[in-house]
Amino acid sequence: MMPALALLVTDRLVQLSAVDIAIVVIYFALVLGIGFYLKRFAKTSEDFFLAGREMTAWVAGLAFVSANLGSLELLGWAGNAYQYGIMAAHWYWIGAIPAMVFLGIVMMPFYYISRTHSVPGYLKLRYGPEASGLSAITFAFMTILMSGVNMYAMAVVMEVVLGWNLHFSIIVSSLTVGVYVAAGGLFSAIFNEVLQFFLIWFGALLIPILGLIETGGWSGMVARIHQNFPGQDFTHLWGPMNHAANNPMGVQWVAIVFGLGASVSMGYWTTDFLVVQRVLSAKDVRSAKLAPIIGSFFKMAVPLIVILPGLLGRAVLPFHLMPANQVQPGQFKYDDVLPLMLARYCGPGLMGLGITALVAGFMAGMAGNVSAFATVWTYDIYRPYLRKDAPDEHYVSMGRWCTIIGLIISIGTAYLVTRSKSMMDYVQALFGFFIAPLFGTVVMGMLWKRVTRMAGFLGLLAGVVSSVTIFIMMKLDPHWVSVFCFSPLAQPLAQAMWQALWSTLTCVVVTVLVTLITQPRPDAELVGLVYSLTDVPHEDYTNVLHRPVFWAVVSLVLFAILQIIFW
Amino acid sequence: MTEKHHIIPVWFFVGVLFLIYGIIIFFSGLAEWSHPPATVLAELHAPVWWGALLTVLGAGYCWLFRPGRT
Repeated sequence: MMPALALLVTDRLVQLSAVDIAIVVIYFALVLGIGFYLKRFAKTSEDFFLAGREMTAWVAGLAFVSANLGSLELLGWAGNAYQYGIMAAHWYWIGAIPAMVFLGIVMMPFYYISRTHSVPGYLKLRYGPEASGLSAITFAFMTILMSGVNMYAMAVVMEVVLGWNLHFSIIVSSLTVGVYVAAGGLFSAIFNEVLQFFLIWFGALLIPILGLIETGGWSGMVARIHQNFPGQDFTHLWGPMNHAANNPMGVQWVAIVFGLGASVSMGYWTTDFLVVQRVLSAKDVRSAKLAPIIGSFFKMAVPLIVILPGLLGRAVLPFHLMPANQVQPGQFKYDDVLPLMLARYCGPGLMGLGITALVAGFMAGMAGNVSAFATVWTYDIYRPYLRKDAPDEHYVSMGRWCTIIGLIISIGTAYLVTRSKSMMDYVQALFGFFIAPLFGTVVMGMLWKRVTRMAGFLGLLAGVVSSVTIFIMMKLDPHWVSVFCFSPLAQPLAQAMWQALWSTLTCVVVTVLVTLITQPRPDAELVGLVYSLTDVPHEDYTNVLHRPVFWAVVSLVLFAILQIIFW
Repeated sequence: MTEKHHIIPVWFFVGVLFLIYGIIIFFSGLAEWSHPPATVLAELHAPVWWGALLTVLGAGYCWLFRPGRT
């Protein structure tokens, strides 16, 4: 142990050797080179914003899941796994898999057939400019904030882990992302997301492998956790969830199933344009349907490199990590668990690989947000409201400028990230504001042709307003936590789930009520946008293995097996 | 991967990166064989076999997805 401890007595978690630095520098050189190489292919707006709509299902699927596998998620969820135990895996399983399958089988055909460039673009076709405008503006705000969060998080991690100057990290990462996204647009973003996917897996996979060797396997790890933290259950998914008092998250199964599984997850994976944009780049409907299903298999495996290191931290670290707002000098916070485990097992070379994976994850997170921001700004705000009939080259140029301007705004917003128990609490709060009610609006518009233009807009607005209101009430007066979450024990993550559930319900109720008192659009205007009026093309498959629905069923069966194993 | 633009497949770039990283990590592992770093389980020489794995994977991807191969 003690070798790892020796590393921690310095003013940084790890020291990089020349080999490690070479590995980091090679990564920067390669991504910049790829950006310059791809610039020649990003000439039209469809090239720049949707990667020419020619990605295979595998590339689109990996980029889809990788867009949510940034370092913010890695560090935050490893920290959450340390804090809450294996229950954090809910965000990778029930909080992702059903929604990914639903996106692939039910929703993707509509996005694809309508030839929309974005989710707000679909809302414009289905509901008109009010709902689309609200969605575009809130999404642009959220993405740019998220890009800033990524930037700030990366700078802080690099400062704590490597001792790098905060401003140096921000400038280098911003410049690199700005150059390669402005050059190649979504082509660059997707290429780098696929690279990042492999880097993260091979940079982080050694931690669970060596960790399980050290503890003597899963049972050895569980025994050590019980020994270190007697009387607490960190290794069961559903068992401790019959009452909020029985688990460290203070959450009941209702909030996980309906708040996370049916609201936050569905909202994020099916309507957050950052991830949906990756699937829209697929070359045909079948690839677009398969991409999220392929992604679901990889998503199911991610807890191996995120949740397991957090649990192993409970088992093997010789000290206790603390909440971010209670850390004293010489102590470490929950979100430090992944770098600590990296320092524990990885020497020169492997450390460089792990750090490069983190850097790549942060930069991909920034690139994903900035490229989505550029698309929504250009297609859903600038073109409809500011300049309608410009030549295609003008919009490509606008996309490039947006990338640069978006990064500059991100630098400003990076410092808005202030106090939060952990980084992911903050992210969840944002999801709850905008994403959960958006799912209600989009899915009702797809499945119910009666929903009217004004109902879509007012339902979405009511959902967002209720979400922000509930969030503020719970923050200002903890008494409201008991009211909205049915338990005073609900932790921030549990609060976010309830908040999302209430906002989705508000959106749905308002949408239904307004629909019933307003005039619906004629059926002819909704062809290709609504389930009952759209003829989704049936493709001929040579055998069952080529059918997206077959793989969707396999994915759901595996998901169910995982729930049983870790129940 | 791409039909309209004839872009070099992303898998090739993955292969290049892994090949370079694999070689670097493998040889750094060999270099520290007799005096391993102060990490837990250093006696397993993880950089050597992990570097070898990356090298093999990287070389395979480079070969399978090399530019010009249809």
